[in-house]
Amino acid sequence: MEEVRFLPCGDCALTVAFTQEIREDTNRKIRYLADKLQKAGIHGLLETVPTYCSLTVYYEPLVLPRKKLEHQVLHFLSAYRPDTAEKKRVFEIPVCYEGEFAPDMEDVCQLTGLSREQVVQLHSGVDYLIYMLGFLPGFPYLGGMDPRLEAPRLDSPRTRIPPGAVGIGGKQTGIYPLASPGGWRLIGRTPAAIYDPHRAKPIAYEAGDYIRFRPISMEQFHEMQASGQSDIREACL
Amino acid sequence: MKLTILSPGPLTTIQDAGRFGALGKGFSPGGAMDTDAMVLANLLVGNAPGVGVMEMTMLGITARFDCESVIALTGADMSARLNDSPLPRYASVPVHPGDVLSMKAAKNGMRAYLSVAGGFDLPVVMGSVSTNLKCALGGFQGRKLKAGDELPLNQSCTVFQPRRVSAPEDYPDSIFLRVLLGPQDDAFTEQGIGTFLGSEYVVTDKADRMGIRLSGEKIESKNGVDILSDGIAAGSVQIPASGTPIIMMADRQTTGGYAKIATVISADLSRAAQARPGTRIRFVRVTEAEAIRLRREAEKKQKQLEYELLYG
Repeated sequence: MEEVRFLPCGDCALTVAFTQEIREDTNRKIRYLADKLQKAGIHGLLETVPTYCSLTVYYEPLVLPRKKLEHQVLHFLSAYRPDTAEKKRVFEIPVCYEGEFAPDMEDVCQLTGLSREQVVQLHSGVDYLIYMLGFLPGFPYLGGMDPRLEAPRLDSPRTRIPPGAVGIGGKQTGIYPLASPGGWRLIGRTPAAIYDPHRAKPIAYEAGDYIRFRPISMEQFHEMQASGQSDIREACL
Repeated sequence: MKLTILSPGPLTTIQDAGRFGALGKGFSPGGAMDTDAMVLANLLVGNAPGVGVMEMTMLGITARFDCESVIALTGADMSARLNDSPLPRYASVPVHPGDVLSMKAAKNGMRAYLSVAGGFDLPVVMGSVSTNLKCALGGFQGRKLKAGDELPLNQSCTVFQPRRVSAPEDYPDSIFLRVLLGPQDDAFTEQGIGTFLGSEYVVTDKADRMGIRLSGEKIESKNGVDILSDGIAAGSVQIPASGTPIIMMADRQTTGGYAKIATVISADLSRAAQARPGTRIRFVRVTEAEAIRLRREAEKKQKQLEYELLYG
């Protein structure tokens, strides 16, 4: 069994650290552990935050001593078997890669040596694994971007990136659920409300799900926005 | 039943015990910075400990009540007056229609808390009424208060009961915060850890609800401070590339990519919350057993107060 390290974060949180590299199998194991811990009804366990290669567990130490929590973690990990039949949940996000929505497209083409069509094709041609959510509500840290699309961040970040913007930052790609400063190069925008606090699920996807970008035209963008049919949905597989 | 804001102060928001359950989706917990003061404010007016209160920063509000209610003020001393008389802190006070509460700048400390019996009548969003400014979520219209805002108050049993607790001592301009080392203390050299525990840091004016940025001696890392992003707990002491610490507080990001040398223990977070710019801070290392003992003590004290105030 892979060794984990227990890193106390003060007296009310514990980070369970796995091998510190970005790997799909490690990430899957982390989500398995989070799921098990949350469903086990452990008294004093509050919540979990899965990240690339760690799971941070929040707990009430006066109810649940850390050693007991660690024991539970080891117990679940020892029973872990990779679930090869795991169903893949994919969320399809419509993205317009045109005009005003893609202010950095020309730069990205220049930096990568690709045409606009190639950028769109490569960017929308894969299912990206959501390794973790952080930075902003629903901001997905995605894995799986084609290395040909790599482009360095902007020298000086924008003070405001609009919600729904899709960008590339170094080896990563992602989507801004709400307005924020940021240094990624913007190549598109979705009309879908990634974040809506008034929905039953303010963020539809979670770590472990996949995101697929579907290219749409400027016309479709405005249509979807006007009709309000801009919720993201699980792709039918 | 409402409270009308005449003058809002620079940063006044509604905060409760925090928004939990969605940290894993990237939602900051928020909530009152000085939770000790929030709890006392609530208990004094007969509320449950975690009900939403008004958090004022550096400078208090002026506001008018249009109804009978009971209020309490805790935290920083902002020279509050009700109409023409000084208003005692850490005591329940009856208010009447037309009464005007007026407050000034904090004499010391950073944040004051106003509770009303029954709480503010605001929508609960994702389990909390705390204001999340970044997401324009919760609180009063998801934003800080401004002049003219009319905050609806819940109906409550407004039979006034005199309740009083002794106010904590004034917030000193030099404090210590107890820490547990980790989660990434191994990213720093022995000398770096020595610097962290051995020198004095000063709260800069870049101290907000997200984090308390400190100035002082740079902390030496072994091979830089970048890590693969992981979870950030309340009180995490993050060391960014600049080498000077940031204590992560209520509105912190849920995850981050800088190494965290230590974590302020839960019993000391409220004290950290009252550290205004210029406050000198020393970090003191304690054992986990000591941190748990202090948490247990604090909890016991709160339960005792709760009992005395509500049934005593």
